[in-house]
Amino acid sequence: MAKVLMKGNEAVAEAAIRAGCRLYFAYPITPQSELIEYMAKMMPTVNGCFLQAESEVAAINMVYGAGGAGKRVMTSSSSPGISLKQEGISYCAGAEIPCVIVNVQRGGPGLGDIQPGQADYFQAVKGGGHGDYQLIVLAPSSVQEFADMASDAFDLADKYRNPVLILADGMLGQMMEPVEFKPKKTDEEIAILGEQHNSWCICPNQDGDKKHHHEINSLEIDPLVLEKHVIKLYEKYAIVEKNEIRYEEYNVSDDNEVLCVSFGTASRIVKSAIDELKGKGKSVGLIRPITLWPYPYEQIKAAIGPKVKKVYVFELNMGQMVDDVKIAVNGKVPVDFFGKVGGIVFTPAEVEEKLEKCF
Amino acid sequence: MEVIAKRPESLTKTPFTYCPGCLHGVAHRLIAETIDELGLVNSMAGVAPVGCSVFAYKFFNFDMAQAAHGRAPAVATGMKRARPDMHVFTYQGDGDLAAIGTAEIIHSANRGEHISVFFVNNAIYGMTGGQMAPTTLPEMKTSTSPYGRKVDDIGYPIRAAELLATLVAPYYIERVSLLSPAEIIKAKKAVLKALTYNKEGRGFTFVEFISTCPTNWGIDPVKSKEWARENMLPFFKPGCYRDKGEGVE
Ligand SMILES: Cc1ncc(C[n+]2csc(CCOP(=O)(O)OP(=O)(O)O)c2C)c(N)n1
Ligand code: SF4
Ligand SMILES: [Mg+2]
Repeated sequence: MAKVLMKGNEAVAEAAIRAGCRLYFAYPITPQSELIEYMAKMMPTVNGCFLQAESEVAAINMVYGAGGAGKRVMTSSSSPGISLKQEGISYCAGAEIPCVIVNVQRGGPGLGDIQPGQADYFQAVKGGGHGDYQLIVLAPSSVQEFADMASDAFDLADKYRNPVLILADGMLGQMMEPVEFKPKKTDEEIAILGEQHNSWCICPNQDGDKKHHHEINSLEIDPLVLEKHVIKLYEKYAIVEKNEIRYEEYNVSDDNEVLCVSFGTASRIVKSAIDELKGKGKSVGLIRPITLWPYPYEQIKAAIGPKVKKVYVFELNMGQMVDDVKIAVNGKVPVDFFGKVGGIVFTPAEVEEKLEKCF
Repeated sequence: MEVIAKRPESLTKTPFTYCPGCLHGVAHRLIAETIDELGLVNSMAGVAPVGCSVFAYKFFNFDMAQAAHGRAPAVATGMKRARPDMHVFTYQGDGDLAAIGTAEIIHSANRGEHISVFFVNNAIYGMTGGQMAPTTLPEMKTSTSPYGRKVDDIGYPIRAAELLATLVAPYYIERVSLLSPAEIIKAKKAVLKALTYNKEGRGFTFVEFISTCPTNWGIDPVKSKEWARENMLPFFKPGCYRDKGEGVE
């Protein structure tokens, strides 16, 4: 398929439909409105369900219902709306509902602003809602990757019966880049995808031996049973950690004197700065976590070359992922942080300046 | 020997966990019998949010979802949209439906979602131990209205059936009482109507049951019914508020 020029918000929506998503529930909010609008336009053309919910709370609970019925379902929002969804997300994780949630992050806290930010990192990877649970969190850094992650996210959600969050930001949502889409799943393929959940989901029943009584539930009133359930969830998370860590290495070599860690939009700017420094004979590497959970702790540690004096973390927040980088580096070398907030994005020159000082 | 009464196929063998004299069990039974009669047991799915009926997922003998407090109509919306061939109902208490879940019930009714809502109004938060509900009557004492519900301060009880009847989309809205055998027979007819319309894909159907909570009211089951008759029925008047099938608009 030829490449098309598209906004990130539209590309992820198109890719979700191609991946077999036929149910989408959401509430409008900037900077993700192109996503909901694209779904409103396109879902009816594939006999899918588009529903503008009365709130983000309702939307995530519709997701719980539709995902509980075994169908590929998605919701999207931006930071304040994702906060509202947290109770429902916790229920989805507890009841092991496969579903995809997109957060096109903006500046916070509170109403914040509508410019890009990465300040929902903690919310995304450290809980957000109540209880012990994990989301699988994917962080795109280009429109192409944003689109590719839609099908990836559905596959992961189905495979692990777990909610998957795509943590993007207003910059990626709004910017246009060329995208090449994967082929559209046929109705038959979509039906087969749905059938994989028939052993547990809400689905039509039969008499006799095949009669089932499926419960979509996160309630276990007996503490010993709940403990077992949570331990079982964590056994599943351990498998995810073993199998699904994704990251990109950029210019990582034994010559590196600084190793950067940065994700999403911020990592693109860091790459530009690394290229500039390369021209000046200064070697800087970058690890870009693609899965923010499971997190590439070991991979970051392994990328610290013999000459590395410092690990530098760049984020569009006051310093959140840097905590995980510190866990990864574990005192081996100093860890420094540079961030911008309020929807302000650092420039390559600013990043370059910070890095130059390390030499 | 002819069997004239048996456990409905739509109920599991799990014993109810309700207090003695609680009418939740009666409401369950009416719904289950009707599902049997309509032959819907294999296409039925229910949603029960928190409240004393939180364990309803164990009691109904078909696929069930437990939902967050107040959100059952949204969960049911997602379920029904995902599986249009199935028949979906919610089973909600008054705190659930008329306080925390007001947005979800109003908007699912307003969209005319093809679901049935069974609403058990016992004028109190049963599960959490007897706090004031949006349906608690004026001057009624609860653990969070220890001096009685003061309408100047906290307003009047919400009449959910009448509220929803201001919307254009709902197909059927009726309030019934569970306070005597004769009323239960009437209630059964309302359940039958709601689920028949559901089966026929007519739209949003809603049945409110006037119920009791002997435990948290602190009155024995028999007197609870008398109390409800004297105090609840004058405010929450049984009747049909909408029946598009019968031309009641
Ligand atoms: C978000 C949230 N808030 C509060 C609760 C606690 N809670 C559980 S049930 C309930 C009240 C239920 O009352 P009602 O809906 O009237 O049902 P009943 O028990 O009377 O049948 C409350 C407040 C909860 N589970 N979740
Ligand atoms: S607390 Fe009240 S509503 Fe709950 S089971 Fe007991 S009597 Fe019924
Ligand atoms: Mg109640």
